[in-house]
Amino acid sequence: MSTDVAVQEREDQDVGVGDYQFGFHDSTDNYVFKSRRGLDREIVYQISELKKEPKWMRDFRISSLETFFEKPMPHWGGDLEEIDFQNIFYYMKAAANLEKSWEDVPDDIRKTYDRLGIPEAEKKYLAGVKAQYESEVIYGSLQEDLEKQGVIFTDTDSALRDHPDLFREYFGKIIPANDNKFAALNSAVWSGGSFIYVPPGVKIDFPLQAYFRINSENMGQFERTLIIVDEGASAHYVEGCTAPTYSSDSLHSAVVEIVVKRGGRFRYTTIQNWSNNVFNLVTKRAMAYGDSLMEWVDGNLGSKLTMKYPAIYLMEPGARGETLSIAFANNGQHQDAGAKMVHCAPNTSSRVVSKSISKGSGRASYRGLVKVEKGATNCKSNVVCDALILDSKSRSDTYPYIEAEDDQISIEHEASVSKIGEEQLFYLMSRGMTEAEASAMIVTGFIEPLVKELPMEYAVEMNRLIELQMEGSVG
Amino acid sequence: MSAILKICDLRVAVDGKPILKGVNLEIRQGEIHALMGPNGCGKSTLAYVVAGHPKYEITGGSIELDGINVLELDPCQRARLGIFLAFQYPVTIPGVKVSDFLRHAVSNVRNPDRKEGEGLIPMKDFRKELKDRMSEIDIDSEFARRYLNDGFSGGEKKRMEILQLSLLRPRFAILDETDSGLDSDAVRAVSEGINKLHGPHMGVLIITHHERLLEFNKPSFTHVMLAGKIVETGDASLAHDLHANGYAAVRERHPTEAAEQEAVTVKA
Ligand SMILES: Nc1ncnc2c1ncn2[C@@H]1O[C@H](COP(=O)(O)OP(=O)(O)O)[C@@H](O)[C@H]1O
Ligand SMILES: [Mg+2]
Repeated sequence: MSTDVAVQEREDQDVGVGDYQFGFHDSTDNYVFKSRRGLDREIVYQISELKKEPKWMRDFRISSLETFFEKPMPHWGGDLEEIDFQNIFYYMKAAANLEKSWEDVPDDIRKTYDRLGIPEAEKKYLAGVKAQYESEVIYGSLQEDLEKQGVIFTDTDSALRDHPDLFREYFGKIIPANDNKFAALNSAVWSGGSFIYVPPGVKIDFPLQAYFRINSENMGQFERTLIIVDEGASAHYVEGCTAPTYSSDSLHSAVVEIVVKRGGRFRYTTIQNWSNNVFNLVTKRAMAYGDSLMEWVDGNLGSKLTMKYPAIYLMEPGARGETLSIAFANNGQHQDAGAKMVHCAPNTSSRVVSKSISKGSGRASYRGLVKVEKGATNCKSNVVCDALILDSKSRSDTYPYIEAEDDQISIEHEASVSKIGEEQLFYLMSRGMTEAEASAMIVTGFIEPLVKELPMEYAVEMNRLIELQMEGSVG
Repeated sequence: MSAILKICDLRVAVDGKPILKGVNLEIRQGEIHALMGPNGCGKSTLAYVVAGHPKYEITGGSIELDGINVLELDPCQRARLGIFLAFQYPVTIPGVKVSDFLRHAVSNVRNPDRKEGEGLIPMKDFRKELKDRMSEIDIDSEFARRYLNDGFSGGEKKRMEILQLSLLRPRFAILDETDSGLDSDAVRAVSEGINKLHGPHMGVLIITHHERLLEFNKPSFTHVMLAGKIVETGDASLAHDLHANGYAAVRERHPTEAAEQEAVTVKA
């Protein structure tokens, strides 16, 4: 599809501000607004107008759309041929009460929720039945506390409206729209996501969780998250959930931008488990300034294809970056995940620990880049990738790239691929474990060094989820 | 009535090479048997085969527990039936905490019909039981939080095997050189552990080169294996004699097996 066609369409259809008749209202589907399928300037205008955005954002969206059309599809990573951009709904806003019927959620997903013991309200939220997780009652007082300290924690749309200057200063600055095709797509059609600002010196000692946001929009296909951790501040944000996130939409493309200023500390934890029809193409990047610490903890399960390489730019001396990632590729899934560390200043250090598991016809790839810019002397980087292959059909690959323009540096890379040991299986089985249980236990042990970094309830769910993934796989 | 573990004319090969060549052995609950024999004669092979290691090919014979055909069962089912092997070389499982592992093991063995994913035995009771058993065999309670056999010394691994034995309380236990590489304090701890557990409800096969373990746990029968066959069976005095005088006399009495054993050992 070319830009010309999009422009043409725009001219043919005359749409005014707030004109909901045009493809947005679909009473049969319980949506308040729903764009028609496809992507063009028209749709992007409508999104921006419906959200009553300032002109600069609308212009930003439109120019991002052009960038998206111009950029070729990436030909590395996974197979993206199947994505039909013109057959996707780019924006919908659910009616406040019911988005779709619980009965429409596939059986296997519902069963998994039951097995995980997810509370009723949360189940419906996860399955997309409810537009919003009702957590205000529980978290309201925490939110008040945060506000007193000057912390802003809200959804991205509200942030644009309520904190326009702060928002504009950072939005699109860490990941410019032209960074890659999918960042451009997100920049054009983004909706929802989290916005966090932590003022200088404020230390938040409990994890901020996405579902604790007030007035949050539904977890979107094109979430946009922006987090600013000011000097000497610290925080931990947890996104997602270990239960499979059911979505009838096949494309998810989020952008996450983070700034950690001098002396700040920030950890971003994600556990994602998309249903296996989903293409999950995410751009995540943090800029870490002097003596700060930025950490990504990233767990990827499910989806058809995930391409995700959280990046940390170490901007000033003393900055440290750390990425811990786990990928589980089950039947028919491809996890192409990794990390990117860019050393822009001397005396910066990075560490990547990646663990992947592949099972059945699943394929897990580690793709990583360590880049050292000229003059960034005395940098240290350590990368360790361990892959576990559960059977002869599954596959694992490692693609480590190193680009160093300075030679007074230390870069270490270790990779290992292993199979579940027959002796380990036998040992556990001789203690009464079934083969599936024994395999699950070995896999759980394999990822334990990362799982123990998760908040308790996520760690427990993660382990239960691994058990579920392992069930019925053997014998 | 006490149960019987009955091994009849058992023949086993690895990679097509015959290792066990007709082993006969009957153990009743409550009995202690000692199995001795030079390195490479097939003792561990017998132990693994009873526990169900998949690498061994059964070319003949049978193993029955109270009339149940054990050879048809996988290792997990055998464990739930009451068979336990204390490994000569316990396996390391990185990232799996001793307490998690033990809680799963105990839940399965005590509820043989348990399916994966079903409830485990209650945490509170289990913790207490684990703590008691650990102090009985002198294992620091801190080990409950460590990863299974990861970085354990030889002696610690062996104690861990005895801890499992004491929690799982099998009907039949095979101890494969549980005393090797242990100092005398550790051997005493292990022996006392076995002594406490042993009773009318557990039959034990102790594979050993040493006498110490047998001093504390006096066998009613001693078997000598040579080249994959049990060539002699006697009482506790046979164990004592072998320990004092070595296998020379046994070899002389069984020249064919001695020659076969020699051939294998030299090749290896
Ligand atoms: N897994 C195996 N693969 C190949 N050979 C084996 C294996 N297990 C045992 N053997 C061979 O079988 C014979 C008996 O070994 P083993 O049962 O370990 O003896 P023991 O425990 O009496 O020292 C040896 O010759 C050994 O090399
Ligand atoms: Mg042996």
